[in-house]
Amino acid sequence: MKRTQAFSLGLRSVMPLLLGVAPFGVIYGLVALQSGIPALAAMAMSSIVFAGSAQFLLAQLVGAGAPLLLSAGAVGLVNLRHALYSASVAPILAHLPRRWKILLAYLLTDEAYAAAIPHLMAVKPDTPPSAMRHWILFGSGFGLWAGWQLSTLAGVLIGARLPPNLGLDFALPLTFIAIVVPMIESRALLMAALAAGAAAIALAALPYKLGLFLAALAGLVVGAVLTGKTK
Amino acid sequence: MNLWGLLLICGLITFFIRYSFIAAEGHYHPPSWFRRLLPFVPIAALTALTTPELMLVQGEIMLGSGNPRLWAGLVAIIVAALWRNTLLTIGCGFAALFLLQNP
Repeated sequence: MKRTQAFSLGLRSVMPLLLGVAPFGVIYGLVALQSGIPALAAMAMSSIVFAGSAQFLLAQLVGAGAPLLLSAGAVGLVNLRHALYSASVAPILAHLPRRWKILLAYLLTDEAYAAAIPHLMAVKPDTPPSAMRHWILFGSGFGLWAGWQLSTLAGVLIGARLPPNLGLDFALPLTFIAIVVPMIESRALLMAALAAGAAAIALAALPYKLGLFLAALAGLVVGAVLTGKTK
Repeated sequence: MNLWGLLLICGLITFFIRYSFIAAEGHYHPPSWFRRLLPFVPIAALTALTTPELMLVQGEIMLGSGNPRLWAGLVAIIVAALWRNTLLTIGCGFAALFLLQNP
């Protein structure tokens, strides 16, 4: 598999997620304008911060006149779960020069990670050699980045008119299901999923999406403990 | 403090969270239990993202007929387990949601 094929594999894998992300991008653009953020800064936030749910929160905090430290701290907490993705892909990217690591870290969102990870971890006949695999993550990361910028621009441009709610955001959980379910190939993986899912429900009321982070940790621990027992 | 400064700080925080382990790889020696956690990251993190979308309606657990996304999600889980096909899973999930919302 050549690098263009790996790139296009990543790009294709992230397409279903774009269906769900695009409405969020449009709504983010509207929310940012309504919070009193100038159109240029609202657009810039999408490329400088580039993190969907953190951008919603930041727009609201700016609108409410929250202090700087609180706003920055909240963004850090909301994005804490990305450290897990960083740890997960780090061994796969270890051989790359620093400029690649910086680029791929910048692009490392929920969706880019989700779309690429089955191809990064799998060792199947159609899996590209490990030297090429970062192009998959680059493809999914770039696809999501471009879609997020365009949908934010659309939200900023159409201004006060809210787009009709077509329920397209349901594409996100559906695509995550399509990614996760085929990966559950052992009892430890199944228990990790169940633990993370149950904890995410139990902790959903925690602020700053901390419930997501803690629920993911719970899944990791349950999975690792079960693996240790069977060996 | 102006808005642009805040954007820059938040961008840097977000970037360094994502860069943390990627940058540290090769420069530290994590204990063996740490490496054992990593294979579970995709499943644990993505399930944690997905479950509340299916089971919670405005922050409350809703399991009955008033929550079509839960049942459409279960259809998608079954389809994904049987056929392991992304587009088929998404298509059946949306079809189930549409049928449940427009009986």
